[in-house]
This record gives sequence, structure tokens and C-alpha cells, in this order.
Amino acid sequence: MSAITPTTPVPGLFEIQAHNWKLAILVGLIVSVLSMFALPPEAAFWITGAMAAMVAAAFVVNAYRRHYYGGLLVAPAIAVLFVMNIFPLLWSLGLSFFAYQSNQQTIRFVGLTNYTKVLTDSLKAPENWANLTNTAMFVVLTVTAQMIVGFLLALMFAKQFPLRKYLLILVLTPMMLSVVAAGVFFSYYYDPTFGLLSYFIRLFTGEQFILMDNKAGAVAGIVFADAWMWSPFVMLLVLAGLVSVPKYLYEAAAIDRVSGWRRFWSITFPYIRGLLMLALLFRTIEAFKMADLVILLTKGGNGTMTISYHLIRIANEQNKTSEGAAISYVMLFIVIVLTNLYLYIANRRTEGA
Amino acid sequence: MSKATSIWEKLGFRKASGVSEAGWGQTLFAGIISLIYFLPVLLIIITSFKLQTEALSIPPKFMPTNLFGLIPDAYVFSPTLENYTSVFSRAMTSGGVAENTGFDRYFFNSIMIASVSVLLALVIGTLAAFGFSRYPLKGNDTYLFVILTTRMLPAIVVIIPIILMFRVTGLSGSYLGIIMLYTAFNLPFTIWMMKSFFDELSLDVEDAARLDGSSGLKVFFKICLPQVLAGLAATFVFGLILTWNEFLFALLLTGIDTRTVPVAMSQAVAGGGIGVLWGLLAAIETLFLIPVFFVTFFLQDHLLRGVTFGTVKR
Repeated sequence: MSAITPTTPVPGLFEIQAHNWKLAILVGLIVSVLSMFALPPEAAFWITGAMAAMVAAAFVVNAYRRHYYGGLLVAPAIAVLFVMNIFPLLWSLGLSFFAYQSNQQTIRFVGLTNYTKVLTDSLKAPENWANLTNTAMFVVLTVTAQMIVGFLLALMFAKQFPLRKYLLILVLTPMMLSVVAAGVFFSYYYDPTFGLLSYFIRLFTGEQFILMDNKAGAVAGIVFADAWMWSPFVMLLVLAGLVSVPKYLYEAAAIDRVSGWRRFWSITFPYIRGLLMLALLFRTIEAFKMADLVILLTKGGNGTMTISYHLIRIANEQNKTSEGAAISYVMLFIVIVLTNLYLYIANRRTEGA
Repeated sequence: MSKATSIWEKLGFRKASGVSEAGWGQTLFAGIISLIYFLPVLLIIITSFKLQTEALSIPPKFMPTNLFGLIPDAYVFSPTLENYTSVFSRAMTSGGVAENTGFDRYFFNSIMIASVSVLLALVIGTLAAFGFSRYPLKGNDTYLFVILTTRMLPAIVVIIPIILMFRVTGLSGSYLGIIMLYTAFNLPFTIWMMKSFFDELSLDVEDAARLDGSSGLKVFFKICLPQVLAGLAATFVFGLILTWNEFLFALLLTGIDTRTVPVAMSQAVAGGGIGVLWGLLAAIETLFLIPVFFVTFFLQDHLLRGVTFGTVKR
């Protein structure tokens, strides 16, 4: 479909033309790097922005002159993503090599010092490591719980029955709650004096029940709230897969008297595998970011501090921007490795099947 | 055989291919499970009709009426609408005219910011998805993966430089800044979802239209877009749910004028030093739930069909 008709000759690298994007990139890079070292940060920011706009304009003119409609259609999305996501990411990567605090004016190049501090400092490294293990624990527990509960709920809704539509929306509601309200209300349900949970347990044991006073209880409380909120997401994706299985496959299986377990593995599972993987991927990424429920339920006490909450404290409350950036890049590295591992396993399974 | 006779078809349900039928027994079973699952939300809604003392009473008061004496009075509370009125106006402690809490503004902000940014992402993302699908670029898959990667990244990684960037450009606390940010936040999902919809469409009609001399623009609007309406609805709902409740960006990047409900809610909870006002918080959340609940409910059929169509491609 792509009608590429080069109506305009490709300009030489140093030929000044409106669509010579190679030259634009070269000039943009040189000017931006120079301005970063020579000028105050604010001026450098505007100059870099102007250079990025220049490169973008060169690309658009180039695409227009050559009838690259694909490029033109994609351009607005790429521009928004670049300004709001990719550029800030590169910036924070740059910041992680500097000593910078957002409440001070000074900025100083320190190379890898932030990373070595985060990873090997005798005070900070164990703390970061503990937070990371906590996060990993939450990731494993919440994602497992969500996958199981979401899967079972999806099985329940995979049949047509009267009023299904109205019951399904009830189960979807937790996902629509604001996490602030959900977190605060779970702290209300868990409260030792007037909470529902301790009320019911007191009916049986006669003693006051404090869920959050030890690590196991605190973790269980957070995992339960998170799994409750996000299982519907998994359910929706799995349900979509279950609904898409053609009925004649089940009918053929019934004629052949295939056992239920076999039927699941050879008919149902291939249809939901992709969606299960997608749910697993999205929920794992989200679980790595978990901070809000922890803030609301335990404030990081009782060994529930996560790396994401630690990051918020460092970067936002203590203004240690560079150190926060270094931690986030270590974390990002772990998430990317993990997601690629997921995708690798998923692809290998698909090829093997 | 017996077409459109079963009760759920009368209620407007569509039969999907792989869905087997079950009767009212399944309804009973699913109803019990669903109600248990819904219970924490139901308790929030019930709490929104309670005064503070009743919200904190032991034993908990569950019922708004005593059902003609069936329920012991210890479990019964007297429902009140006071929380709902005090969401929007707060009586002064010293007496006098009630003070506006600003929540009307926050609700307006939430609705405005979420709907504008989700729709903007839908427009930009659909165009891009059409481009990726019909006019593949060199290294198309790489672009798509990089776009997905921005969604994979924890928000916390980008928030520090975004705060700095917004400070420098004066975007912090403005509608423009938060709307652009949420648009970027929604774009990757929109592009991936819509691309798989466009990929599914048959090219024959489009090619015929092109041969008849229709412009690319006309092909897009008259032929492709009407076929992916379900996908647009599904993408809209997912984007809306995520944007509606987004907290971290909103907390750090909105000002007093552009504050959204989740942020204002958290401040209403924390403020005052007299502990959480449970009834008030519950009332805010109940009101905040209503719009997104009904949008999801009315687009529910599209949501399920859209996800199926969009991601399971075989």
C-alpha cells in the first residue's frame, strides 16, 4: 500500500534544504550539547526544544515532499510521545550522572557516582536492596492472586445466563474506584477498633484483632486490597479470550469424548494464552510501580516499603533528584529485563506449539 | 432454531461464538460471588449515608431500615444526605453562610481533563494506528515496540524530569500540561489496540474505493472508521478508567485551579486533624464512581467484543 515515489532527490548531508533531516539532526545535536554545557539549564532547555522542533519540521517536510503518508499520520503521536515521555526519560537518564537537587541551583557532573552510591553504599545499598525484595514479593503475590482470581471469575462469566450483564458490571466496579478511596476504606475495614474485619474476628475469638501489627498481616492486607481492585482487569482479558473460542471446537471435543482437562489445555488455553500473557505483563509492570496502597495502608511500616514509594520519598520529599533518577534507572533495567524475559518465553512457547 | 426467545436475548444480549448457555442456577451462583466481590464498594456506598458517629459505631450498622423490626436496632442506622450536601458546601463552624468546598470545580476538572485527553489520544492514536497499519514505515515494528515501551516504564521514572520540564515551561498547574501528559499516557495503548483493529479489516473494499478515485482521507473516514467503532468504544473505556483515577501525576502536576477529584479527595481525607470523615469520603467516591460506572455499563458490550476483536488475531 505504501506508495513511495521519490519525487525529490535526496539532498547531500551539507546541502541546506528544508527537508534535509540529516543536517537538522547534526546541527540540533551540536547546538544542544554546546548549550547544555555553556548556558544555564533553562536557556539550554529552550534551545534543545527548538532544535527538536527543527528536526521534527525537517522530517515532516521530508515526508510531505516524498508522499510518506505513513510518516505524516504517525507524526502527531510520535511528537506527543517524544515531548511527554521519551524526552523526559532521556533527561532523567542524563540527570542520573549529575549531582543535582531540585531545591538547589547547583549542578555538577559526577559520572557513575550516583549508581555506585545506590548499589554499593554501606548505608543505602542494604535499604534499597530490602525495598527491592519487598517489591519483588509484592509483585509475585499480587500478580499471582490477580491471575488466579481473575481467571476463576472469567470462567464463571464465560457462560450466558440471565442478568449476566448486570452482575458483570458489579465485578468490574472495583477497578473503577479511585485508589485513594479504596486504600483509605481498606484501612477502615482493617481498623483494629471499629473495622469490620476485627469485629468479625472478635465475634469468634473474643480478642482484639490487629491485622497490621506484623509483617505477614500488613503484606496480606495490602495484597488483598490490590488483588481485589485489579483482578477484574485480568478477568476482562481472560473473558475476551474465552468468548473468542469457536463453539464447534468444543462440540468436536464432546463427540470425541475428550476429558475436561485435556479440552482445556488443547482448545481453551491456546485461545487465552496471548491474553493471559498480556494481563501478566501489564499487571507485573503495574505491580512494580505499587506505592499508593502502601502509603495509604502502612506508610511503608512493618517491612512493606516498596522501591517505588522509596523513590517518591527520595525524589519528591527529600529533593534528591539525581539519586532518585539513578534508582529508577536500576529499577527500569530490572523491569525491562523481566518484560523481555516474559516476551521471550511467550514467543518460544508460541513457536514450540 | 429458537431465535431471540431466551430471556437474555430479549434483554438485548448478543450470543458470542464460544459461549455456552447456563440457566438461572448460574445466575444465582454468579450473583452470590458478584455480591461478595462488590461488598467493599457496597459498604462505601452505605457509609456515604451515615453520620460520623454511626460510621464508627460498634457493632457496625449495616441496614438503613429495620425491615419492620426484623433487624435489631443495634445494626440499623438512620440514612442521611448530609454528606452529599457537605461535599459541595461546608457550614462554617462560627455560623453564617456555608462555604464552597470547591468540589464542583474538581468534578468539572476531572471530567474535562479525562474526557479531553482520552478523546485526544483516540484521535491522534487512531491516525497513527492507521498509518502504522496501511503505510508501514521502514522499521515499523521497532517504532511500535518503542511506543509500547513507554507504557511499560514506571511512571515514577518520568515524573522527576516532567516536574522540572513543567516548572521551566510554566505548564505545571495548567490544563494544557496535564491534558498533554494524559494524552501521551493513553497513546501507546490506543495505538496498539487500534492498529490491530485496522489490521483485521479486509482490504478489498478499500482497494476498490481507491481505484474508483477516492482519496486516502475519504477511504479512512467513509470505509475504515465505521468498521472499528466497537474498538473505539473499548479503547475509550479502558483509557477513561485509567485516566479518571490517575493520582500520582495529578498530585504533583495540578494546581489549585486544575486539581482533580482523586487529589482533592486525598486532601479532604488528610486535612483537619480530626481523622478521616468517613461519610464525606464515601460520598465523594460514590459521586465520583457514577459517571465512569455508567459509561462502562453502556459500552460494556463493545468493551468485550472490542477486546476480543482487537487482541486475539488468528
